[in-house]
Amino acid sequence: MKTIIVVGNGMVGYKFCQRFVEKEESKNYKLLVFGEEPRPAYDRVHLSEFFKNSDAKALEMAPRSWYKEHNIELITNERVTDIHRSKKTISTINERDYSYDYLVLATGSSPFVPPIKGVEKKGIFVYRTIEDLEGMLAYADKIKAKNPNAKAAVLGGGLLGLEAGKAVMDMGLEPHIVEFAPKLMPRQLDIRSSSVLQMTLEAMGLNIHLSKITSQILGDDCITGMEFGEDDELAVDMLVISAGIRPRDELGKTCNLEMGVRGGIVVNNKMQTSDPNIFAIGEVALYNQMIYGLVAPGYEMANVAVEQILKNTEVLMSAEIDMSTKLKLIGVDVASFGEPFMPTSKGHSILFEDKTKGLYKRINVSHDSKTLLGGILVGDASDYNILHQILLNNMTLPNNVEELVIGPREGGGGSPFGSAMDLPDSAQICSCESVTKGQVCNAIEDETCVSFSDIASLTKATTGCGGCKPMVVELVNQTLKSLGKEVKDIICEHFEYSRQELYGILKIKKITSYNEALDSCGKGDGCEICKPLVASIFASLYNDTANKEDVIQDSNDKFLANIQRNGTYSVVPRIPGGEITPEKLIVIGEVGKKYNLYTKITGGQRIDLFGAKLNELPAIWKELIDAGFESGHAYGKSLRTVKSCVGSTWCRYGMDESVSFAIELENRYKGLRSPHKLKGGVSGCIRECAEARGKDFGVIAVEGGWNLYVCGNGGATPKHALLLAEQIDNETCIKYLDRFLMYYIRTAAPLMRTAAWLDKLDGGIEQLKKVVIDDVLDINAELEKEMQFLVDAYKCEWKEAIENEESKKRFSHFVNSDDEDDNIVFVRMREQVIPASWE
Amino acid sequence: MDSILSKYKTTKESEVTTWFKAAAVADFSENGGACVKYKNKQIAVFNFKRKGKWYACQNVCPHKLEMVISRGMLGDDRGIPKIACPMHKKTFSLETGKNLNGDVDALAIYPVKIENDFVYIGFSN
Repeated sequence: MKTIIVVGNGMVGYKFCQRFVEKEESKNYKLLVFGEEPRPAYDRVHLSEFFKNSDAKALEMAPRSWYKEHNIELITNERVTDIHRSKKTISTINERDYSYDYLVLATGSSPFVPPIKGVEKKGIFVYRTIEDLEGMLAYADKIKAKNPNAKAAVLGGGLLGLEAGKAVMDMGLEPHIVEFAPKLMPRQLDIRSSSVLQMTLEAMGLNIHLSKITSQILGDDCITGMEFGEDDELAVDMLVISAGIRPRDELGKTCNLEMGVRGGIVVNNKMQTSDPNIFAIGEVALYNQMIYGLVAPGYEMANVAVEQILKNTEVLMSAEIDMSTKLKLIGVDVASFGEPFMPTSKGHSILFEDKTKGLYKRINVSHDSKTLLGGILVGDASDYNILHQILLNNMTLPNNVEELVIGPREGGGGSPFGSAMDLPDSAQICSCESVTKGQVCNAIEDETCVSFSDIASLTKATTGCGGCKPMVVELVNQTLKSLGKEVKDIICEHFEYSRQELYGILKIKKITSYNEALDSCGKGDGCEICKPLVASIFASLYNDTANKEDVIQDSNDKFLANIQRNGTYSVVPRIPGGEITPEKLIVIGEVGKKYNLYTKITGGQRIDLFGAKLNELPAIWKELIDAGFESGHAYGKSLRTVKSCVGSTWCRYGMDESVSFAIELENRYKGLRSPHKLKGGVSGCIRECAEARGKDFGVIAVEGGWNLYVCGNGGATPKHALLLAEQIDNETCIKYLDRFLMYYIRTAAPLMRTAAWLDKLDGGIEQLKKVVIDDVLDINAELEKEMQFLVDAYKCEWKEAIENEESKKRFSHFVNSDDEDDNIVFVRMREQVIPASWE
Repeated sequence: MDSILSKYKTTKESEVTTWFKAAAVADFSENGGACVKYKNKQIAVFNFKRKGKWYACQNVCPHKLEMVISRGMLGDDRGIPKIACPMHKKTFSLETGKNLNGDVDALAIYPVKIENDFVYIGFSN
């Protein structure tokens, strides 16, 4: 058995292992991997995601167990210090020796730190490893504690530098980018596209300083600023250096492998170094006199080295390396492909620039306009994949080349690009995993795969950078279509309709029970997806409460309470607009005390009582209802709260009575069931203390009326609500809200919040204005009527539940005993009860 | 915690030594479920009216060990009758107890019979 030692466990080193163990012949080899970092290889390309969640595991290429399962010995935290070529052994920092038959150097690179005076001061970081990031986070906390307006600069305005800029912005520091060149991303962008990108990034709060040569770092022990020249300084509290990379080639030097003049270990097209038993791949390898700092060429090198070691000698590295890149920088699309800057001797450029929208497009074509040579896209890179494919496959351009940039003329019909289906089978769709169009389409045609997720797991396409996903989805769907298989967004196996279609059918057929729905337009016996969906449609059509058909309700609706971690429930009485009398507060306090409930103020200005056992719910609600409370519907996909600030009733800045209006709106829409939960807010002035723009609907008092905003939310993907109408009175506001909410309820997909719904709505907010205000669909009279019916039909479903002995039955834990569930265990925390922890 | 799960073992009709008279048929919602107490066990019982069948299984969800299965939702997965746990929507076959959408342990299944409008659950010693 022969031994292969891989030095370096980064993305490319990992890729070597992955490709190697996929090969049948790999069984005859022992694979030993050394990593100098403490953890197994992780995805450095998406490093900035670490700031969102500090979850290093999520970035892992594969868990430690993966190496074990594939008989790979992985030794981390141990740097290889020497190679003894004559003996074919290596030594590590712990003075251990290992022998090899083949050695693969995948040591990567280290950040280049320019020799600037003062660069050793505290508060200066590089941006490469998770440990670097942890250091930055800890330092940022320290300086923010001293000065909440602390500033951080990034030295270097390249691709990685801008990512680092975003990272420091996310840490709550004022971000500055300092670049030596007169433009951003100097390797990928021309001056014009750089200035478009600069305007967009500056609008987002990133400060950009170009053509700045840093002459020294200021400060005593810690950094306090950067000096660029005479009387030109920038005060900063932290600095991140991102000024390029240098290959980690010291091992090559010490054992006298052939090296490049400016570093890097020289390799041939087999990835062999000057010693035929030693291979170098990734950022340490100097191929064609170049170091390639991108993932795709690194992966290709890994693949070539695998094949060469296994004696499949015909697999060689491509002669020309594609340096095209597409990325999203702080939400801004940037792409650069082929030859982005082309000399006029080779062809023409077609340019489009719109600084008001932050758009820039440049494509370079040959003199005869037949061949695409390269280009740059900023602001919208949706055409990147297809342009890139035209370039890679050397496809002939259409006659009106300018349409590639400015889009087709009126009546020209169709996209000038055609579709991904027009590409040749050999076209490489996923460059990270080297998957061709043919591989994707054939797998669908021969029925090996029937969906996008099948393709992703079979070919690994889209699992690298993910940039090719839209194209792969298109290929999968188009191929399925060409085989006569319909691609449709259906509810589940029991109803072959979208939610909107089923809504229409149930309404027209006047269907009022679940079994009737299943028998007349579905099949089978239903499931946990379609049952609550049909229940929600019934609620929207007839305002049926959850008591009517409790067995088709989601568990929370069935018991009119939110199930908690230990199987107990929470109780949330409605407190419209957050206004409550001291007497009612006392009632809530008394109930909490009596039933030993954990109490907490919610984000929606009401009070949540946790830890109620199922059998206690009716008694608790009886006490609350007797004191004048109603259900708060905190358990339902329905209106939750309308939050308010105190408004002109008390506030010296208030422009109108926000509390009164919030109470009116909450009482109007209480009990309204919808595709997802609904939240509202009313603020008395533009200071916006009610955070109304973070809600599905928000109303803000201004001079001359209310401004109405719609389709915002907090949560996992926060979105500000957009302006629907300005300076309107209470009555108009309610009219527009009735129409908007009913239109959403009718047309949204299940569990789709208003913001996602608006994203999907063709024409977006402008179209919504046309529907809600101008009534272009001629449905407003109907929408208002439907809403008024629902408002009039409102009942408190908790009152209904406890007044009926039959419906109260479902709240006992046992059907044959009045005992409580003795499995529930509480522990105490800060003088209240909480569930015992899950194992 | 394992002791909770070890109380429940799938029981075949042929192994039944005791038919426990649980409750009247009318106490169970159509196409719904309820929890039956038998000695120190909690058993979820379902009246799957659409299929014209009754099913019983352990009330404890093997995922997080909460006594909640009887509060779940009935349905079918390509014809297999199933129950979805209300906690995290794990679904289990009511015929075999097997987890259908993941790899949580199976539920223990018990036989049910109806006599004179009463529901009986079968246990073995």
